[in-house]
Amino acid sequence: MAADSYEDVVKNKETIPALEVAPQDLYHAKSFWTKYIFCQDAKVIGIQYGLTAVAIGLVGLVSSWLMRMQIAFPGLIPMDAAQYYQLVTMHGMIMVVYLLTALFLGGFGNFLIPLMVGARDMVFPYVNMVSFWVFFLAVIILAASYFVPGGPTGAGWTLYPPQAITSGTPGGDGLGIVLMLVSLAVFVIGFTMGGLNYVITVLQARTRGMTLMRLPLTVWGIFTATVLALFAFPALFVAGIMMTLDNMLGTSFFMPAIIQFGEKLTHEGGSPILFQHLFWFFGHPEVYIVALPAFGIVSDLISVHARKNIFGYRMMVWAIVIIGGLSFIVWAHHMYVAGMNPWFGFFFATTTLIIAVPTAIKVYNWVLTLWRGNIKLTLPMLFSIAFIITFVNGGLTGLFLGNVAVDVPLSDTYFVVAHFHMVMGIAPVLVILGSVYHWFPLITGRFLNERLGRIHFWVTFIGSYSIYFPMHYLGFMGVTRRYFEVFEGEAFTYSITGINQFITIAALITGAVQFLFIYNIIVSSKFGKKAGKNPWKACSLEWRTKDVPPTHGNFDKELPVVYRWAYDYSVPGADEDYITQDTPPSAVANARAEQT
Amino acid sequence: MFVVLLVLIVILGSVVFHMVSPWWWSEIASNWVGMDDTIILTFWITGAVFVAIGLFMAYCIWKFRYQKDKRAEYEPENSKLEWTLTILTTIGVIALLAPGLIVWNNFVTVPKGAYEIEVVGQQWGWMYRLPGKDGVLGTTSIKNIDDDNPFGLNTDDPYSLDDVLVDADDLHILVDRPLKLNLRALDVLHDFYVPQFRAKMDMVPGTITYYWFTPIKTGEYEILCAEYCGTGHYAMLGYVYVDEQKEYDEWVNEQMTFEEVLASNGKSDLIKIALNKKNDL
Amino acid sequence: METKKDSIIDQLTQKPWDPAQVKIDNSHEGRTFNLHVGKLGLRYLMIVSTIMFCLFIVTYGDRMVYDDWVKMPEPFLLWINTFVLVISSIIFVRIQIASKKNQFKKAKRDLILVGFLALIFLIGQFLVWQNMVDKGYYVYGSPANAYFYLFTALHGLHLLGGLVYWVMTIRKVWNINNIIIRKAKHTIELCSIYWHFLLAVWIVLFGLMLFT
Ligand code: HEM
Ligand SMILES: [Cu+2]
Ligand SMILES: [Cu+2]
Repeated sequence: MAADSYEDVVKNKETIPALEVAPQDLYHAKSFWTKYIFCQDAKVIGIQYGLTAVAIGLVGLVSSWLMRMQIAFPGLIPMDAAQYYQLVTMHGMIMVVYLLTALFLGGFGNFLIPLMVGARDMVFPYVNMVSFWVFFLAVIILAASYFVPGGPTGAGWTLYPPQAITSGTPGGDGLGIVLMLVSLAVFVIGFTMGGLNYVITVLQARTRGMTLMRLPLTVWGIFTATVLALFAFPALFVAGIMMTLDNMLGTSFFMPAIIQFGEKLTHEGGSPILFQHLFWFFGHPEVYIVALPAFGIVSDLISVHARKNIFGYRMMVWAIVIIGGLSFIVWAHHMYVAGMNPWFGFFFATTTLIIAVPTAIKVYNWVLTLWRGNIKLTLPMLFSIAFIITFVNGGLTGLFLGNVAVDVPLSDTYFVVAHFHMVMGIAPVLVILGSVYHWFPLITGRFLNERLGRIHFWVTFIGSYSIYFPMHYLGFMGVTRRYFEVFEGEAFTYSITGINQFITIAALITGAVQFLFIYNIIVSSKFGKKAGKNPWKACSLEWRTKDVPPTHGNFDKELPVVYRWAYDYSVPGADEDYITQDTPPSAVANARAEQT
Repeated sequence: MFVVLLVLIVILGSVVFHMVSPWWWSEIASNWVGMDDTIILTFWITGAVFVAIGLFMAYCIWKFRYQKDKRAEYEPENSKLEWTLTILTTIGVIALLAPGLIVWNNFVTVPKGAYEIEVVGQQWGWMYRLPGKDGVLGTTSIKNIDDDNPFGLNTDDPYSLDDVLVDADDLHILVDRPLKLNLRALDVLHDFYVPQFRAKMDMVPGTITYYWFTPIKTGEYEILCAEYCGTGHYAMLGYVYVDEQKEYDEWVNEQMTFEEVLASNGKSDLIKIALNKKNDL
Repeated sequence: METKKDSIIDQLTQKPWDPAQVKIDNSHEGRTFNLHVGKLGLRYLMIVSTIMFCLFIVTYGDRMVYDDWVKMPEPFLLWINTFVLVISSIIFVRIQIASKKNQFKKAKRDLILVGFLALIFLIGQFLVWQNMVDKGYYVYGSPANAYFYLFTALHGLHLLGGLVYWVMTIRKVWNINNIIIRKAKHTIELCSIYWHFLLAVWIVLFGLMLFT
C-alpha cells in the first residue's frame, strides 16, 4: 500500500509536502536487525538484492556447466534426460528472471537511483524493504522445488502448456511446475513493490535542478525498464495464474482436449497458443528489461572512461524510450513458427526490424563517444568495449531471426541459443561486471585488484565469444536446441563433436574465472587499494556523497543542487576534464559551457 | 594496446571463421532457396556493419587512447550525422525486410496443385495419413481415438474410409510435387522439421497447422522434432523418403487404409455405417 | 504555487548543455508532476492492476469464441453484493466531504461502516460461490465458470488488500484528539479513490459476465 513517508513537522497545519524525503538523521538505523536485515536503506537493499541474485545465479551457472558436459561428454556426469531438461529450465529461468532482472532493477536500481537523482532514499523505504523480502521468498520457493518429489520443472523456461503441466515433462505432474509458477507470481508481486519505488523516486524525488534531461542514462535505462516491467509482468502473472488453475483445478484455459500415453485428459477447448501470446507479451519486454539498464549503464561507463560526454544524449534518451514502447508490439516474433495465424508474421517482422533502428543508433552513439575521446583503458572501459562487440554481434543475428522467412529454418536451433546468449546473456553480464569494477570503490571505498581483474576480463570475453560465436554455425546446419543427446544428424555437413567439446571447455573456463572474480571481490573489499572520493573523476551525483561509502541518508545536511547535465567532461576552458553536476557556475567561470 | 589487437582479432577472426567453417547448412532439398538467399543477403549486410563498427572502434581505441595533456572533444551531439546514420540504417533494414516478406508470403500461400498429407505428432513419435483415392482427408477428433482408431477418424465422415494410415515414423513423399503438410498433435506441441527442407511449423493440439514445400531431390532425410515436447523430445526422430512416382506408389500400396484397419480389427459394423454415409452423398 | 510544467515532448527535446537551457533548468525544483507521492503510488498500483484485469479480459474474449463456452447464471445475490459496493462508494464520498470539513468524528463513523460493508460483500461473494458449487457449477465445468471464480477471487483479494489500507486509514482518525489533519485527509482520500476503483473494476467484470 502506498504509505505516507513524510514526517509532519507542523501539526494541524496544511502544508505542501516538502521536497526532500526527510532530514537525514531520521534514517539512521538503530539495531543490527534494522541495519542489515530489515533495512530500509535503498543501498543496503540493493546489495541484498545483488547478493541473493548472484547466489541463485551461481546455481544457474553450475547448471550450465552440467548441461555443457552432457552435450559434449555424455556419460561423464551421470544424468538422464529428465535431469537435463530440469537443468535447462532452471538455468534459463534463473538467469533471466532471478539473476539479471533482479540484479539490474533490484540491485543497481536500488543502489544507484537515489544517489544519482540526489535523493536521500527511495520514496517508500518500507515498501522497498518488503519488496526485497518478497523477492527473497520467491527465490526460496524456487530453490525449494529442487527438493520436492519429482524435482523442479523441466518444461523449458518458456513453460509452454500442455507440455508444462502434463506427465511427459519432468515435474509436470508433481510440485515442480506449481512451485515455479508460485515463485514467479511472488516475484511479480515483490517486483511491483520495488518498481513502485524506482518509478516514483525518479519522477518525484529528484533534487533541485535535476530535470529529466539532466539524468544520467543509467537512470533513464533503469527507469524505462521498470515502466516496461510494470506493463509486462502482469501478463506473466495472468498466464501463471491461469496455468496454475488448469493444473490444480482442471480448468481449460490453455488446455485443449488431448490424449496422452493413451489416456484422455479431461480438459477441453483451451488454447495453448493463447499462453504463448501472454508469455511473450511478457517475455519480449523482459528482454529489454534486462537490456535497457545495461544500455544506460554502459553509456555512463563509456562516457566517464573516455572522458567525453556521451554522444547524442538526446537521441540516446529517445532511443531508450522508443525501444521500450516498440518492445510491446513485437512479441510474436517468438511465435513465427508456433502455429499462429501466418498473416501475423508480416506485421511482427516489420515491427521487429523497425526496432533495429533505434537500437543501431545506440550502438553508433557509443562508438562515436569513443571518437575523439581521451580513452582510459580501465577495466570498466574494457568490459564496455567487449559489450559493444558482443551486443553488435547478437543484435545483428537478431536481424536474421526477426526476418520472418529467415526464422523458419533457424528457429529452435542452436542459432537461437547463440543469438540470445550473445544479446541478453553475455552482453548484459559484461555490463554488470564492468559496472562492479566501476562502482566497487563507491560501495566499499576500495578498488578491486587490477591484475586479477585483467585476467578476469580477458578470459571472460574471449571465453564467452568462443562459446557462442561457433554455436551459430551449428544452428545453420539444423542442430536443434533442447536436445539431451546431441548426435551427428544426417543433415549435418561436418561432425559436431569436436566443436561441442571446444565450446564446453570454453564454458567451463569462462565459468571458473567468475569464481576468481568473486574471490577478488571478497579480498579487495577488505584489503583492496583505497579509492578515496570520486576516483574515476565522474560527474554524476553518486560520487558526491558526504562519506564514501555513502551512509544512510546519502548526502550531507543539504541535498546537492544540480547545475548541469551528467556529462560535462572535457569542457573547453575548465581546469579539470570534468565538472561534477553539483558544481555551481561560479566555480567554473572559464568553462565554455558557462558562457552565454 | 592489446585491446586494439583483441578487437581486431575478434572481428577478423569471426570473418575468417565464417569463411572456413565446415559447419554450414546442408544442400537444400526443397524449393525454399529463397530462405537461403535471404540469409546470404542478411549475412552480407550485417557482416559489413559488424566489420565496419568493429574496425572503426579499434581505430578509435588506438587513435584516441589516453594522453594526460590532451582533452577529449566537447561535442554533445551532431544532428546531421545522427540522422544520416538513422536513414542509412533504415534503408539497410528495408533491404533485409522486403525479400524476407516476399519469401514469407510464398511460404504461407499454398499453391493450388499441392497434394496433402497429414502428419501427427505424439509423445514421442510420428504418424502419417494420406487422403487416399478421393484425395480428401477425413475429419478427426481426439475423442474418437482408441486402439482401433489411433488417428481418431470420424467413422461417419464419408471421406475417411479410404484414408491411408501410416503408424510408423517414416514417410514417403513425391519428388517435384508441391506438398501441403497438415500438422496435428495429440498431446503437446511438436514440430516437424527436416533441415534440408528448411521449413518447419509447430504442431499444436486442438488446431491443425500447416506448411508446404516442393521436394526437389530424391533421397532419405532425417526428421528432427524441433519443439520441446517433454523428456523424449531428443529422440523424436524419423525419416522422410523423397521418391519417384513408382517407388512412392509401391510404398503406398503396402499401407493399410482405414477401412482395412477396421476390417482387420473386426469392426465391420463401423464400416457399414461409413459406407452408408458415403452412398448418401 | 509554481509555473506550468512543460509538456513531456518539450521536456524530452531540451538540450541540457545549452547555456540558455541551463539557466532555466537550474531553477527546476526536481519534480515531474505536481502530485503527492502517495497519490502517484496509488495510481501506479491501480495501473498495474488495471493492466492485469485487462489481460484477463482479453483472454476471456479469446476463450469465449470456442464452442465449449456455456453461459453461467447470475444469482440474484450478486446484484445485492454489487449494491453493497455501490453503497460503500457513496459513503466514501460522504467521508471525503466530512474530512474536507475537518469533521473527523463523522468520518470515523462512516469508515467503520464501510469496513463493515466490505465484510458483508466478501461474505456475500463467498455465499455466491457456495451457491454455485451446490448447483453444480464447478470451476472446471466450463471456462465461463472458471472465469467467474477467477474474477471474483481476484477482486476479493484486491478488496482484502484494500482492507489493510483501511485499517491504516482508520488508525489515523481513531484518536480524535490526536489527529494530524493533513495526513488523515491524505489517507482518507487515497482510501476512497481505491474503493471507487474497486467498484469500477467490479462493474466492468460483472457487466462482462452478464452480457456474454
Ligand atoms: C557461461 C555462461 C552460460 C552457459 C555456458 C550457458 C549454457 C546454456 C546451455 C547449454 C543451454 C541449453 C541449450 C539447449 O539445450 O537448448 C542454455 C539455455 C539457456 N540459457 Fe544459458 N548459458 C550461460 C549463461 C546464460 C545467461 C547469462 C543467460 C541470461 C539470459 C542465459 C539464458 C538462457 C536461457 C533463457 C536458456 C533457454 C532455456 C530453455 O531452453 O528453456 N544463459 N544455456
Ligand atoms: Cu523478442
Ligand atoms: Cu519434440
